[in-house]
Amino acid sequence: MAGKPKLYYFDGRGKMESVRWLLAAAGVEFEEELLETREQYEKLLQDGALMFQQVPMVEIDGMKLVQTRAILNYLAATHNLYGRDLKERALIDMYVEGTTDLMQLILMFPFLSAEDKEKQHALIVQKATNRYFPAYEKVLRDHGQDYLVGNQFSWADIHLFEAILMVEEKKCDVLSEFPQLQMFKARISNMPRIKKFLEPGSQRKPIPDDKYVETVRRVLQMYYNVKASV
Amino acid sequence: MSGKPKLTYFNGRGRMESIRWLLAAAGVEFEEDFLETREQYLKLIQDGHLLFDQVPLVEIDGMKMVQTKAILSYIAGKHNLYGKGLKERAFIDTYVEGTTDLMQMILTLPFSPPEAKKKNLPLIIEKAKNRYFPAYEKALKQHGQGFLVGNQLSWADVHLLEAILMVEEKEPTVLSEFPLLQGFKTRISNMPTIKKFLQPGSQRKPQPDDKYVATVMKILKEG
Repeated sequence: MAGKPKLYYFDGRGKMESVRWLLAAAGVEFEEELLETREQYEKLLQDGALMFQQVPMVEIDGMKLVQTRAILNYLAATHNLYGRDLKERALIDMYVEGTTDLMQLILMFPFLSAEDKEKQHALIVQKATNRYFPAYEKVLRDHGQDYLVGNQFSWADIHLFEAILMVEEKKCDVLSEFPQLQMFKARISNMPRIKKFLEPGSQRKPIPDDKYVETVRRVLQMYYNVKASV
Repeated sequence: MSGKPKLTYFNGRGRMESIRWLLAAAGVEFEEDFLETREQYLKLIQDGHLLFDQVPLVEIDGMKMVQTKAILSYIAGKHNLYGKGLKERAFIDTYVEGTTDLMQMILTLPFSPPEAKKKNLPLIIEKAKNRYFPAYEKALKQHGQGFLVGNQLSWADVHLLEAILMVEEKEPTVLSEFPLLQGFKTRISNMPTIKKFLQPGSQRKPQPDDKYVATVMKILKEG
């Protein structure tokens, strides 16, 4: 019964990218059904496959899981990437919520007007440099270990790594004041499964382009008028 | 040291209210420190208490926890409100994410300009009636049990009750097409710890008013 997980989403990053990262880091092969037409989406709705009419949706272990956070929690727990006890899980959850907030700012970026993109770009860099990266830098500096929680690789590390790469795509030297994070990034990049996911030909998706934005708008018939966060 | 959990937030619902609900449902007494001035907030930041410079902050079991979802997950896990295994947890997480999305819309309403409020409120009610409540009604119908997951009270039930009451405050007849949710609401409201929380004098906070909005904006200097 345990076949490969199957991911239902657009052919692009969006909210599904963190799921792809986690599966790749856990060494789990997965299939993808890419939404290209409104008809595909309407069929999923009609079949009752989407609990809240939304994607991401992941078919795994007999469930049709929706809600990114629920999917990620389940995958982390089933692959031993969620810490050893409640307190470690609490730390992982805190860190992941932070990187989620940061990546959320970037997620909506492609849907903004040119003017709002400028504002949002500044906001992303400012929040990354003043709020989020300092927090993770301090965590690593304070315990001096290689990973964020419990001296072992966890979901928090994968998520932070993904966030760092996404912000660097906006400002390539954003880690210049964060030596711990630079070392962290190098360390995580060199882990075999992560390295493989970073190579061309993997299921990692590229930076969203106009075609991606057009597809999402057409399939969902929404997100025509998204505003910058501030 | 391992005394009562201490909640630091504004004197109002906001993101802390779900935490108050869950602690109350679990029968856990808690203390509250209310943020009333910007100086208090800046001091918390200077003293390094806020990982991301944000509240809610909950001091619990020697940790200074921030991020609402992390705090709620910890409390649920500690107090046996997170199901019996990974699949039940997955269902609880899914349901809670849905009610979070719904309550998030209501949470931000007081902070939007009047024209936006007028426009957004009907949209929220429409989402409640067409997207969220049908999903929970269906879940209850499918298994015919009294609780959303695993035939026992969980975080998902507490969160759903909170969401139902919040939407009803905006639109009292919103459950008219959802008989199972009506039964659910009555049943969960009558559980002793929840009943107590619903009574006057509990730590449940009232609907946000202009004073609350002004306090938050003054302290955070945002928006």
